[in-house]
Parts: sequence; C-alpha cells; structure tokens
Amino acid sequence: MTMHTLSVLVENKPGVLARVSGLFSRRGFNIDSLAVGETENPDVSRITIVVNAESSPLEQVTKQLNKLVNVLKIVELDPQVSVARELLLVKVRADRSARSQVLDTVNLFRARVVDVAPDTLTIEATGTPDKLDALLRDLEPFGIKEMVQSGLVAIGRGSRSITAGPALRAA
Amino acid sequence: MTRPTPETLAHSARRARAAAGPAPDTDAARVAATPAAPAVRPPAPAQVSGAGSLVRSLEALGVDVVFGIPGGAILPAYDPLYDSTVRHILVRHEQGAGHAATGYAQATGRVGVCMATSGPGATNLVTPIADAYMDSVPVVAITGQVARPAIGTDAFQEADIQGITLPITKHNFLVQNAEEIPQVLAEAFHLASTGRPGPVLVDIPKDVLQAPTTFTWPPTLDLPGYRPTLHPHGKQIREAARLMTSSRRPVLYVGGGVLKAGATEGLRRLAELTGIPVVTTLMALGAFPDSHPQHLGMPGMHGTVAAVYGLQKADLIVALGARFDDRVTGRLDSFAPDAAVVHADIDPAEIGKNRRADVPVVGDAQHVIDELIAAVEAERAAGRTADLADWWTQLDDLRKRYPLGYEEPADGTLSPQYVIKRLGEIAGPDAIYVAGVGQHQMWASQFISYEKPYTWLNSGGLGTMGYAVPAAMGAKVGKPDTVVWGIDGDGCFQMTNQELATCALEGIPVKIAVINNGNLGMVRQWQTLFYGERYSNTDLGTHKHRIPDFVKLAEALGCVGLRCENAADVDKTIAAAMEINDAPVVIDFVVGKDAMVWPMVAAGTSNDEIMFARGVRPAFDEDEL
Repeated sequence: MTMHTLSVLVENKPGVLARVSGLFSRRGFNIDSLAVGETENPDVSRITIVVNAESSPLEQVTKQLNKLVNVLKIVELDPQVSVARELLLVKVRADRSARSQVLDTVNLFRARVVDVAPDTLTIEATGTPDKLDALLRDLEPFGIKEMVQSGLVAIGRGSRSITAGPALRAA
Repeated sequence: MTRPTPETLAHSARRARAAAGPAPDTDAARVAATPAAPAVRPPAPAQVSGAGSLVRSLEALGVDVVFGIPGGAILPAYDPLYDSTVRHILVRHEQGAGHAATGYAQATGRVGVCMATSGPGATNLVTPIADAYMDSVPVVAITGQVARPAIGTDAFQEADIQGITLPITKHNFLVQNAEEIPQVLAEAFHLASTGRPGPVLVDIPKDVLQAPTTFTWPPTLDLPGYRPTLHPHGKQIREAARLMTSSRRPVLYVGGGVLKAGATEGLRRLAELTGIPVVTTLMALGAFPDSHPQHLGMPGMHGTVAAVYGLQKADLIVALGARFDDRVTGRLDSFAPDAAVVHADIDPAEIGKNRRADVPVVGDAQHVIDELIAAVEAERAAGRTADLADWWTQLDDLRKRYPLGYEEPADGTLSPQYVIKRLGEIAGPDAIYVAGVGQHQMWASQFISYEKPYTWLNSGGLGTMGYAVPAAMGAKVGKPDTVVWGIDGDGCFQMTNQELATCALEGIPVKIAVINNGNLGMVRQWQTLFYGERYSNTDLGTHKHRIPDFVKLAEALGCVGLRCENAADVDKTIAAAMEINDAPVVIDFVVGKDAMVWPMVAAGTSNDEIMFARGVRPAFDEDEL
C-alpha cells in the first residue's frame, strides 16, 4: 500500500463533497486526509484527498470518480514534483517554568504563537506531515492539551497549472 | 455557473435542430433516447408555475407517458399534467411506476419517466432506480420534495431522496429554484440517455413547483464534467482486429451495451465477417439471433455448456458492452485462464474492473463494431485470417453432446420448461418477453428463442423479484402493437401483481404466465443442492392451499384468469390467451416444484466445475481443448 495524493477539481455545487466521499467509502477506501476549498475560479472547488491504496484499486476508484458528473478533473500529484502542506494548531501546556523551552521549539520549527494564556501557548505550524509530526513529538513532553490538524493541500511545482484549459476533464 | 463547453453548446444546437425538423443522424440523436415526437418548433416562453414549467419541459422533451402516483409534495405538478399531452398512468405502487418506466425504456430505447411524491413515494422508487442503475436503463424519476424552508426539519413525508439515491443513480438533482426546471430536466434526460445510460432523479420542492416562473425552451446544458467517449482509439481497434484475425480460439462476448448502442446489425456483420463464435449474456439476449449457427448461447451460471466452455477455453475474448459480471465469470481467478481480453465499453470504469484487459477500448458499441469491421477487413485484405475450423469442431461437438434440455418430472406434474418453451413457440419471435427473477427467468432465457433485439426484458444486475408485471406494463405502453408476455413466478407475482389493476383500467392488455410451482423455486433449488433439502421458508402455500387463487385474483384485478395444470392443455390455454386483446390475461400454470435449472455453475466455483445436470459433469477431452 502506498499513499497517493489526488487533486480532484469539482463543480462548486452543494452536495458534491458527499458524492466524492461517499464514493470512496462505498468502494471500500479509507480517506487518510481530505481538504476542500475554492480555486482561483469560484465555480470550481478543489478537493485534495490522500488515500492509502494499491495502484490498481486506486485506478478503479479514480475512474469511478471521473464518472461523477460534477467532477471536472482528477490529477494524482507526484510527491517528487509537488509541494504538500498541512496546517496544525496545538495548545501546549507552558507555565512560567516551561515557556522558554516551548518557545525555543516553536522557533526551531519556524512555527508561530497565535494565543497566550497564563499556563498555555497556542501554536500554529504549517509544513509537510513529517515536519508536523516532528514538532508534535517535541512538544509532547510539555503536555498537549488540544490539537487540530487540517487535511493536506498540495500543488504541483513549476509553471504548469492543472486548472488551466477550457475543459477541466482528465483524459 | 461555469460556462458551457463547446460540446454542450453543440448538443443544445443539435437539440434545437432536432426540435425544428427531422432528427439528424448524429451520435446524440442515436444514443440519446430520441424524444418520441419532437415538437415542431420550440415552445414560446410563457409565464407559468414551476409545475407548469416541469410539464412543459416534459412535453418539449417529447415525453409521451409518465408512470406515477400523486401525493402532497408533487401535487402541484399534477394540475398542469391534467391538461397536458403527456399521458399519465396512475399506478398502484411507486415501485410499479419505476419498473414500468424501465420496461418502457428497455422496449423502446426511449427514456422512461416515473413520478412520485416526497417521503414514502420517493423511497418506494428506490428499488426500481437501483434496478435501472444496475442494468444501465435510461430512466428519469421525478419526485416531489417538502418545501425548501421545511427541508432538514424532519417535516411530514420528508426523506432525503437525493442522499438516498446517490449510490444508485447516474446523477441526481435537487432543484433549488423554478427557473432551473427546464435546464435540469433537459440535463436529466441527456444524462439518462447518453454515454452509459442510467437512472437520473430530479427532486423538486413543493414551493419551487408553486413559484411563478418563465418557461423558456430550449435551455442550455451546463455539464462541463460530462463528456462520454463515443469513438474508440484507432490504435486499440487495429490491435483488436489483429488479435481477432490471428487467434485460434476467439469468442465474441456480447453484453447489454450492444443493445443500448443499437449495434445489433453491426454485430451480425462483424460475427459473420470473422466467423467467430458468439455468446450473449442475460442482458444481451436478442442482440444476436439465437438461431444463428455462430451463436453458442448464454454464458454464465446457467449458460449453455458450449458458451461456458467457449469462454473458458478461449485464447481471445472480445467483450463488447459486457462487464465480466460474477454470474458470467464464476470464480474470477480461474476464468478463461488462457484468454487475451479485448474489452470494449463506453464506461472506462468497467474496463479492467474485474478482469484485466489486454486491449482496452473505450467507446460506444456501434462505433467500436463499425471500426472493428473496417479494421478486420483491412487485416483480411492483407491476407491475415485465422483458421477456426478446429475450434468450431470442438464447439460443435459440445453443442451436440450438451444441448439445453430438461427431463419430464417423474411425478407426472407439468414441466415448467415445457410451458415456457411452448409459450415462446406459440407467441413467436416478434413478441416481447418480460421475466421476473428466479428459475422461471432462467428457463425463459434458455427455452425461448430470441431472434430480434429488445424482445427480452429482465432484471439482470439487481435481480429484482416483482419486476415482470410492471415492466411488462411499461413495455406494452411503449409498444402497444406488440404482444407482451410477462413470465413470472408465483413468488415474484405476489410482489407486484396489483399493477394488473392499472393494466385493466388503462387498457394495457399484457399477458402474464405465472409459472406457479408453489415455492420460491430458485431458493428451493439451492436448498436442494446445498442445504441438504431442508426447505426453510420457501413453500409459499400457493399449491397446498391455493392461496391466493391466481385465477380469482386475476379476475378481481379486472383481468381474464385462466388455469392450466397438464401438458395437454398448454397449447390451447396459450392460444386462448393470445386471442384476448382487450384485457390483460393471467394464466396460472400449475407446475411441479422439483424441476431445476441446468446447467449450473455453483456460486463461488469455477466455470470448469459446470454441472450439466444434477451429478453430471460434462466429459471434456482435455487434449482436444
């Protein structure tokens, strides 16, 4: 099994996400991560799906996805030539004694403090899933009170755009 | 809204032209269920309600009949329907409306339309929608929904039918405002009837139906993500043709897609040009004449020995509009182990889904077949042909040794196979035969000779008991001058026979042969073979207690009821039914309960394990094959 990152361009219409996610569960796939948002074209949304699958069943689910009328285009992003990021917000125990150590870690990972309370710091970090895992590992000893993580978003490197072209339909 | 692509604009232009004059001979006009009677010119814009817009859209789309039942949320639509040229047939259960729309579509090639109210009306359509989805039938289901402000409040008769039908429709719509109605309807018909056909549901809230709006026609389709591939890739066609002219044991494996594409003439030319043996699946019976010398019969669980072994021993399988369903392949990992596969389908997701394709061909079966013919001719012109004489010798030997047949029941009861065989011989190849699901369905597929396309309708993929009576009703409405025989089991018949009241009242003289063995016959057969003859809950009591009495039931439903209990009466009872054309007829054929469907490949086993009869495995000379 390998991780695959699919960028799915869809019509920005109600219910489209349910069609896409329903298809994955119906065909027996687990979605590892999912992120949705508008693109530069407000009529088009982009769903980034990370899925753990063999390539042959993945091909089947991609073909089934392509059959959804609201799906415009599907591109699998090659990790070698794409940039992938997640966003992490984490509330860490940081009283007077631990605060400076926590801040050191924050700086080390080029993360940011976005909220301060007497005994906690809330930290924002973006990065690859590996980097965020490392950050969490380092923060763990201080005590993580709460955390939330976005799905992965990813985009291909270089000047080519997958949203370009008059018809957004994968061949 | 996104801008329409050139293709959809072209489609609307075609549609407008089609509306203005004779339909041009284009892909859209052919693949699309061409509206029955295109309006002479586009209807003028008019101030109407959403409901008025709906009914005018149906008229503009050439819909001649809608099967349905009114209720609260859909009620506004029934008012303009009262004055419409669209005929509404008031069914007795929404499931009947759905299967009738399916039968209509399968018999005519046009889009079948059914209508129901919100909540239970809509959920009663779920079975026929799932059925049409599995068998790729162009059906549009229109449902009322509670008013927009009430959606999501668990309002009276509210059900999220869009959510419920997501996995069983090709697409579905929840109409958000009345202005969208013509466009949504046009899109629904376009989606249902083009590419791989399938059911499309349009859910319309009651306040949208009541809202004032302007009806304008034709609308522009806005389906940027929908562009079915009709024309196959030339390179793949050439590769397929090369294999077809060089393989020594090729088989054409023909599925329902060939019927949907209207490609039966081409199929015959291709078969005769290449001399390759043909098998037609349950969904494709009639696509190639049963009597044709190259026809090996139906493959699969209850297929002929020649068809099953033909595929199993083939070195090339050319699949045309077929999907390597488990009922055809048996255990997939031992299916046709030596065969290269050319898989042609209009749905790219079917290719390689179950069986790896060596030559994938995406395209409409008619284009695929036409281009294959040209490519095969080119191969032959270059002197490349295959000698199939040895292959035919082997297949002919199998056909001779293992023909379809049956034994007369030892207990002297009436043989169901005999009844069905005689029915097919008497009603002939021009009649339409509509089966339910079970033993009678398999016998009807085996013992009636299908010579013409669209004369065999059944529920293949979903296996919906109760399909036959309402589907026969729909077929008869679509083809009023054709004799339509429903062949049903006593179990199936008790699920949907109430639609015979609809038939009686609406002047739809279908004929129903109930193959009454008193049991859920196919389940009983499995209990006989695999559950030690422990007949748990398969005896329906229709024999023991004659409850219900099908003759009295038929009469109560406004039909003529006949009964036949012995072989001597079979012909004359069928003949009597054939004489009656002003009322539906039901014949209660009381048959023996122990007859079984053979040959059989037991579920989950390999096609190599086919049984010709109970305890009888065909003898194959492995050296020969």
